[in-house]
Amino acid sequence: MTTNTLSRRRFLKVSAQTGGGLFIAAQLPGCSFGGALPIDLADDGFVPNAFLQLTTTNDVIFYCPADEMGQGIRTGLATLVGEELDVHPETMRVVSAGSHEDYNNPEYEMQLTGGSNAIRAFHEPLRQIGADTRALLLNAASLDLGIPEGQLATENGMIIAGERRYPYGEFLGTASTLPFPEDTPLKTRAQFKFIGSQFPRIDAEEKTTGEAVFGIDIDIPDMVSAVVVRAPVAGSKLISFNPEKALGVSGVFDVIAISSGVAVVAENYWQANRAAKLVEIEWQSAPLGSVSSATMRADLMAAIEDDNQATTDREGDPEHAFAESSQKHSATFFTPLLAHAPMEPLNATLRLKNGVADLWTGVQAIGSAQGLIERITGYPREQIHVHNQYLGGGFGRRATLTHIVEVAEIALAVEKPVQLVWSRENDLQNGLYRPASLMKLHAALDNTGRITGWQARRAGGNLTPDYMRNSLPALMPNLPEFIFEGMTAATDYMLKRWTTDGSSVEGLHETYDLPHREISHVTVDHGLPLTFWRSVGHSYTGFAVESMMDELAEAANLDPVSFRLKQLENKPRMAGVITKAGDLMNAMSVPEGHHLGFAAHSSFSTDVAQIAEVSVTENKIRVHKVTCVVDCGMAVNPDIIKSQLEGSVMFALTATLHGQIDLEQGAVVQSNFHDYPILRMDEAPAVEVVIMPSDAGPTGIGEPGVPPLAPAVANGVYRATGRRLRELPLRLA
Amino acid sequence: MISFDLNGQHVEFSGDPDTPLLWVVRDFFKLKGSKFGCGAGLCGACTMHLDGSAIKTCVLSVAAVAQKQVTTIEGLSTEGELHPLQTAWVTHNVPQCGYCQSGQIMAAAALLKDNPNAGLEDIDRAMAGNICRCGCYPRIKNAIVDAGRQLAGAEKARKAPIAYDAMSEEAGA
Repeated sequence: MTTNTLSRRRFLKVSAQTGGGLFIAAQLPGCSFGGALPIDLADDGFVPNAFLQLTTTNDVIFYCPADEMGQGIRTGLATLVGEELDVHPETMRVVSAGSHEDYNNPEYEMQLTGGSNAIRAFHEPLRQIGADTRALLLNAASLDLGIPEGQLATENGMIIAGERRYPYGEFLGTASTLPFPEDTPLKTRAQFKFIGSQFPRIDAEEKTTGEAVFGIDIDIPDMVSAVVVRAPVAGSKLISFNPEKALGVSGVFDVIAISSGVAVVAENYWQANRAAKLVEIEWQSAPLGSVSSATMRADLMAAIEDDNQATTDREGDPEHAFAESSQKHSATFFTPLLAHAPMEPLNATLRLKNGVADLWTGVQAIGSAQGLIERITGYPREQIHVHNQYLGGGFGRRATLTHIVEVAEIALAVEKPVQLVWSRENDLQNGLYRPASLMKLHAALDNTGRITGWQARRAGGNLTPDYMRNSLPALMPNLPEFIFEGMTAATDYMLKRWTTDGSSVEGLHETYDLPHREISHVTVDHGLPLTFWRSVGHSYTGFAVESMMDELAEAANLDPVSFRLKQLENKPRMAGVITKAGDLMNAMSVPEGHHLGFAAHSSFSTDVAQIAEVSVTENKIRVHKVTCVVDCGMAVNPDIIKSQLEGSVMFALTATLHGQIDLEQGAVVQSNFHDYPILRMDEAPAVEVVIMPSDAGPTGIGEPGVPPLAPAVANGVYRATGRRLRELPLRLA
Repeated sequence: MISFDLNGQHVEFSGDPDTPLLWVVRDFFKLKGSKFGCGAGLCGACTMHLDGSAIKTCVLSVAAVAQKQVTTIEGLSTEGELHPLQTAWVTHNVPQCGYCQSGQIMAAAALLKDNPNAGLEDIDRAMAGNICRCGCYPRIKNAIVDAGRQLAGAEKARKAPIAYDAMSEEAGA
């Protein structure tokens, strides 16, 4: 558990301050800059804290502080609060919390959904809020009914008094006059009704009837559509453009320059997108224009030998360990640029009207979205409302909000509500990418098969700077413009030279005991925008480290499982996962020609091992089945854990077999799903999931299933062919 | 003026006849369940039925559907009852982000209408045009098989909770 106790306390304190007995359309007190809570008090309602609203008609509304992008977090957090409040998550109305600091992620201290931390960070606070609210309702019921609290119980939204049952909604008036309790004891595991049990995701039905609303489905009166033409080479500035042909397309109102390119504004998307292709634009050249995939790779290969590297982690005496060892092994691994390609293209709808800004979108960073609108439009923060919808996939792409900057600039210019939609071509060619990485690993072994020395170096672009640049307005909302500009320039300067971005090297050693190690990094920045991609640094370090472990096991004459267990004396949780996976693997019988590859990786406080059943026919790799063993602490929603691992396997298998973004003279080559193929059903393996029993606090599951998959498949391919593939995507021919 | 049947209702569209059906349905008739994913007929998020067959509508001009019957996800269920596929989708907890699911269900519905006994290879073939980036494929497949069984009358849809492999034995203690 890495929960920050201080911020958790602050979280509870802030939440409690907004309570204090508010009943029926009361104006909630504002806080430092958040202003009134974004809670709709049109219904009569009791709002004991920022997260819950109870109505006299017995609705329980949960304002969910994390963004739902498929990972099941609305169900997960509703399960936590519902468990203690004693209301079934399925009967709650779960809505996206708006923009307000009370909904800040307790670890990040801002509204950001990413890094697989929501279930971990909100677990205790939300259970506490549920428990305290239930205690308050029991107190109120006791007073109203004249029955001692000890003789009252609750059951799914009802107060139980002997034979009689009263809905929570009957006691709201009295509850609103009582002090909000604190530190109510939480349930023990044996008392759980919903945590660990099986019920449909709360969004399952609306996502099968077409009723679920995504950002792109927002349709407001007088809205116009915008499509932006951006530079094919990132960093190129606009010199001039000729709008004439675009303006000739029916439905087109306007063609305007914005900071990222030229925006075409029309009645609808189809017209705007058609006209966008007709805008004639002259772009300045940019340094990235001289970069291709081959030169980028050559640069990484040169850089990794460079002495101008930074040590990001060092322990013990690795040089001594290497000098002492008679068995040393080195290998170099390469992973390419990747795009996220969420199914819902990026979009945002902004209305600036009567001094109020309303933004409808689906992002992983509501706080940043609000800050960007504030910075660009000058609207005061308390008049900026972010209505976050379901996200049609996030994968990290919806945390960096270049599209929010664009929609704000366009809305200011056209003075009408604007919906900006990125085409799929925009998404693949003008986005932010998972960086390409070169990783060089050295290991020294002793004669028992223990790794005595470990050196790992990565060369590539950093993951965090573009996110930081984009989020600056949210981090420093009240900074005057001239200082802000100076800060941005200084940050840019610093970030370009930053050598110790922790995200860039994460996963290069943490899974195992490696007492004598040195981890280092060489930053190579080509100017292509980069960002987090599902499982972040682990998405490539997992491939390198776990492929290396397979090679080392062979060098040590040990099987992949017992070799790994030798390096896990101080990591019992991962040792348990690998032991279980090893037992499952030993019991597997595979058909002739099928081979098993093993890998395990620890990320985001969750441990995952995977066994891939692989066959190779005429150089074509096929993955038939993947067995996953996971320890993510207490299983809050076991079936969602299972589905996240299934999904992680598919997401990672796309990268393992197909994923590759290429640059030619600085421009992205791939443009749509014909040349950026995504795994389809006929390639999808069966997935089996075993969840380790645990009483520990829950940890995340959105990302940790991704890193072990590529090396598990590569290690299986080695068994099938005798060839070590040290580069993604895996290719035999 | 192009007239066609949309979910059982006669409708008319007087805009540009080149407009793809997807955008006519979304922007003009305001039915937002069918989704835009690629604009090139490659991902299937826009799948509807045209005279009962699954078709990708982001590259199909509205002129091509004149006098024909168009069904969207909003028109799949009848009389307030979920289609057996939709029930199976919920039972199997299929959706993650959910964005592609309208298209997935429409593609599956067209398959099962013709062949409720569709085998796994038939399903792979019929569903190969629909991408799910979240990777819900194993559940989509199971849900189609279940719904097919129900449609074929071979077996009532499973109402029982999903057994999560080895979970109960693992966490049993």
